[in-house]
Amino acid sequence: MEKLEILTASAKYDVACTSSGSDRKGQAGSLGSTAAMGICHSFAADGRCISLLKVLMTNACVYDCAYCVNRKSNPVRRAAFTPEEIADLTMQFYRRNYIEGLFLSSGIMRNPDYTTEQLISALELLRNVYHFNGYIHVKAIPGADDVLLSRLGLLADRMSVNIELPSQESLGILAPDKSKISILKPMGLIKDKIKENSSDIVKYNHAPRFAPAGQSTQMIIGASPDTDYQILNLTEGLYRKYSLKRVFYSAYTPVIEDSLLPSLDTKPPLLREHRLYQADWLLRFYGFQANELLDEAVPNFNPLLDPKCSWAVNHREQFPVEINRAPYEMLLRVPGIGVRSAQRIVKARRAATLDFHALKKLGVVLKRAQFFITCKGKPLEGLKVSEHTLLRSLMSGQQLAPYQPAQVEQLTLFDDHYAAALPAAGGWAEFKKGAEA
Amino acid sequence: MGGIQERGGSLMFKPSALAYTYDGSFEGLLCCVFESYTWKEIPLAVHSEGEEQGLLLESKWIETDKHKAERVLKSIPLRISPEAEELVRLGFWSNTPEKELLLLNFLYLGFKHGRKVMNMLADDTVHALQKAVQQLRREGHLYLGFVRFSVYGPVMAAVIEPQGYILPVIQEHFCDRFQGESFMIYDQTHEVALIHEPGREAIIPLSGWTPPEPDEAEEAYRRLWTGFYHAIGIKERRNERLRSSLMPKRYWKHMVEMNGSNGVPALAAAQRKKALQQEPPESIGSLRASLRQTNTHT
Ligand code: SF4
Repeated sequence: MEKLEILTASAKYDVACTSSGSDRKGQAGSLGSTAAMGICHSFAADGRCISLLKVLMTNACVYDCAYCVNRKSNPVRRAAFTPEEIADLTMQFYRRNYIEGLFLSSGIMRNPDYTTEQLISALELLRNVYHFNGYIHVKAIPGADDVLLSRLGLLADRMSVNIELPSQESLGILAPDKSKISILKPMGLIKDKIKENSSDIVKYNHAPRFAPAGQSTQMIIGASPDTDYQILNLTEGLYRKYSLKRVFYSAYTPVIEDSLLPSLDTKPPLLREHRLYQADWLLRFYGFQANELLDEAVPNFNPLLDPKCSWAVNHREQFPVEINRAPYEMLLRVPGIGVRSAQRIVKARRAATLDFHALKKLGVVLKRAQFFITCKGKPLEGLKVSEHTLLRSLMSGQQLAPYQPAQVEQLTLFDDHYAAALPAAGGWAEFKKGAEA
Repeated sequence: MGGIQERGGSLMFKPSALAYTYDGSFEGLLCCVFESYTWKEIPLAVHSEGEEQGLLLESKWIETDKHKAERVLKSIPLRISPEAEELVRLGFWSNTPEKELLLLNFLYLGFKHGRKVMNMLADDTVHALQKAVQQLRREGHLYLGFVRFSVYGPVMAAVIEPQGYILPVIQEHFCDRFQGESFMIYDQTHEVALIHEPGREAIIPLSGWTPPEPDEAEEAYRRLWTGFYHAIGIKERRNERLRSSLMPKRYWKHMVEMNGSNGVPALAAAQRKKALQQEPPESIGSLRASLRQTNTHT
């Protein structure tokens, strides 16, 4: 009992909770299936989805990464699971529908190879002895032997190596036992294995699949001075070069005193994390590129506006778009129109010409979209566009509220005070400069 | 927007100061459609039997007739589209107010416009029906995660209290995932249960079922899970509002980690205890018996 709590608490900062990406039907004689869309089984008091039994094999680590609770030099209680215990807990929780599967990671026991062997034993028990057919996400241990990593990948649905820090520089300072190479090497190996294996699949229908849900990674936000621009560029590179399925961002929560790190009373930068997820979404589903959203001159996201609104305000020359004619890709770029409402617009305009009233029913957030669209060639009746009203309407307090618990991050974003500080017409660029300084 | 009047007009239907009353079954509703087309009349209300109804309208009882129902059902994919049939079925399972009238109106529209009706997303009727179905699907999806089984020896059982009639929506998922298990999901709101045994499954009426007392192993895993649940939350990020928007409180009652049976968020702890005292829990044997009984229904 206590053990589970210790090893859960040590794993809780890992964000890879999603179980999406694998779609596998149940099988006679085995227990479980996976669902591609991901299923949340519960939500923790911090509002984060719980879908996997997320634990460490052990929190007794021989490394000493500065940002980590499990670092060698941090005086916390230590515990370790045996592979049998992991397998039993997974099966029992899974039957009760508490979880969608297992997320297994570990501190480094003795050395990376030994640790990886322990992970392999737990997964072999689950797959080969208990015939567990549900979702497994396992952490590849940097520095482990390629052969071991390959075996591990054949047992899991998804594998991940955490990047942790967005630049080699920060890594060197905060995680002296790890290097860029030790992280990117397994990432490259996983990518190659997945690719090699997907061509095998075509040849032999029953070839075991290597991490069929792909690989993901996580970066800690706010432990180092890296900018949003650096982070987003790295993200884009990872999606392209390593075909990653997801990049997760974790607002740094100070866990230990260290002169190299933000002080213990620093609040986790949750709003910044939220903006990065929004931007990540724009890269993956909206056809945006990192350098459209940020550049050297403006390297961080505006806390007041979401990245898409920011982009639209800076590209007024591309608007307004005519709802009844604009291509799908352009609809996606309008603030207040999401993937779903864009799809509905394309469908519904085949049946009838759309007006503003219709758009509302299709799920468009008119409050934001109104400034950027026309219906049958006309803007919304009575619409007043001054820079001031525009920005005020785009700063949606309600949409943001859930990500902004009052005690955690005191942002007085939506005060009149802030609105008054906004630039007059034409002053938007200036304002951005001001915010940067 | 053109209401029933206009649509009816072109079909030469007339709205009449009538209410239909039917037995509350899907077939019954299809018979209401049949009736409406036979007499070219549009009822102002459709009630299911036993439902509270306004006294102002004259009410006409619609008898359920399998053949009539089948004729209407067959015409939907032919004259509208197969997706429309699915939409009508799911709409019937939703708990949107006046769903019968909504479905009737949708079918008038569909029979008039054919396949095109599926794209008329900005029409009030189509929009209302899509929304109702979306809500049902969303609740179904939430329950894929929120169902909590208890293990009683060789069988597993769960209680849920959904707003919509979601068992058919989640049936395939659970029966596929737990192919080798014998389990039951009891929908307390609608008094039906999904029952599964390797090779067989069925949704059957069942009322007033109370789960048996958990044994020691079951209690132990509940405690472990509750402990895990509390250990995984990050204190610095505590955010009740976000949690309740993603997992509304009405689901908590039947979720082990939320319902207070282990001394945590004591939302329903008091009620739970009372319920257990008033009605002696049924034994495991009777659950197994109830599982066995239902095999005849498949
Ligand atoms: S290797 Fe992993 S567990 Fe060990 S200190 Fe570094 S981050 Fe923490």
